[in-house]
Amino acid sequence: MGRRQVLAMFAMGLILCIISLAFGGEAQLPNNSSLPWWAWPLMLFVLTFILGIVAVLGGVGGGVLFVPIVGGFFPFNLDFVRGAGLFVALTGALAAGPGLLRRGLADLRLAIPLALIASSSAIAGAMIGLALPKNVVNTLLGLTILGIVFIMWKAKKSEFPEVKEADPIAKALGIGGVYVEPSLGKEINWTVHRTPIAFGMFAIIGIMAGMFGLGAGWANVPVLNLLLGVPLKVAVSTSKFLLSITDTSAAFIYLNSGAISPMVVVPSIVGIMLGSIVGVRILAVAKPKVIRIVVLALLFFSGLRALLKGLGIWN
Amino acid sequence: MSSLKPTEEQLAYANLLDIGMKVGLAGLLIAFVIYLLQILPPYVPINELPALWKFNLHEYLETTKIKQGWFWITMLRYGDFLTFLPICFLAFVTIFCFLRIIPIFLKKGDKLYAFLSLLQALILLLAASGFLKVGH
Repeated sequence: MGRRQVLAMFAMGLILCIISLAFGGEAQLPNNSSLPWWAWPLMLFVLTFILGIVAVLGGVGGGVLFVPIVGGFFPFNLDFVRGAGLFVALTGALAAGPGLLRRGLADLRLAIPLALIASSSAIAGAMIGLALPKNVVNTLLGLTILGIVFIMWKAKKSEFPEVKEADPIAKALGIGGVYVEPSLGKEINWTVHRTPIAFGMFAIIGIMAGMFGLGAGWANVPVLNLLLGVPLKVAVSTSKFLLSITDTSAAFIYLNSGAISPMVVVPSIVGIMLGSIVGVRILAVAKPKVIRIVVLALLFFSGLRALLKGLGIWN
Repeated sequence: MSSLKPTEEQLAYANLLDIGMKVGLAGLLIAFVIYLLQILPPYVPINELPALWKFNLHEYLETTKIKQGWFWITMLRYGDFLTFLPICFLAFVTIFCFLRIIPIFLKKGDKLYAFLSLLQALILLLAASGFLKVGH
């Protein structure tokens, strides 16, 4: 596939995405809609395929794009969209996990204590999220998405954070390792500090992941990298792996509560996964900075939509 | 890209995760095709789905008379509930992985991480148990 064709395909995808955002909407749906039943899963598949591409190119997880966009502009109730969002994030993390673990990019020893906290609080988050009225969830979701846009816009990243000494908890847990960075051609010893604060942060992250079905890479990476002092590549990989544990606990709550619709879940999982595969190919020719701005704009727009829906201003 | 050398438990976790994920995704696709082609009849007629999509969880469960928890396991003769089987399996993969690494930690004398892994598996099993479910 030529470079022009790839870029044209991506541009077409984005246009389709924006069209679906602009002309979709709960107001037209579903009882008064003349569309056949299969049109919505098909549109969901097309949209999630595009989201899969955009997510890879924008360096974000599929879940964080899926819930606000599908929840805001498709006829599905937010309860089922959040359930599907969790399974989208979960399957993405399950698919990436083996490779990241085998290559030593994700660190199991670092992940286990954090996952224990995040997955426990994700259960609480899922229960809270399913118990709250829709307008409250939409308002909180909108505020959270706008907060994520701010974090993604402002948060700095540190390739190799300096950790002078591991704290007592990190020492007791034996967290740390040797990271061989090919671009520098040297071994970098890493360990972590400030673990008690990070534990607290992961409790909050777990609640938000369970409540909104967002996945949580947007929060995991800054905490792992900037707070704990994990090298960026290990932080990104461990974050992705962590989602497979955090989202599992919340996914069970949605499953047992009945908030899973196969017609929403399966096209979304397949769409995002196929889109991610295409996204990885396009990544070689795309301009990440431009795409990141598009992702932030999409997130801002859908976050605003959720907030205004929650407040009853834009239904 | 070279990097950290994976430990024995990390590799064991990765290998089981890989198998579980592939089996789960293949099962999901097969079950969904069975559902779409209505090889097994759906419990909720597919053409009635658009009318139900706007309902919140409570309204949906009331209208369809679907019960919460593990009720779906008794309904696998219906195409829509059959898809729950691989979905549930995908959620169980992580539990299998944690149970897999406990003996490796114990063999190494790492009782702390064996305990943490057991605790993690128990927490996920609690979430899976169906005791923790919510309606509106």
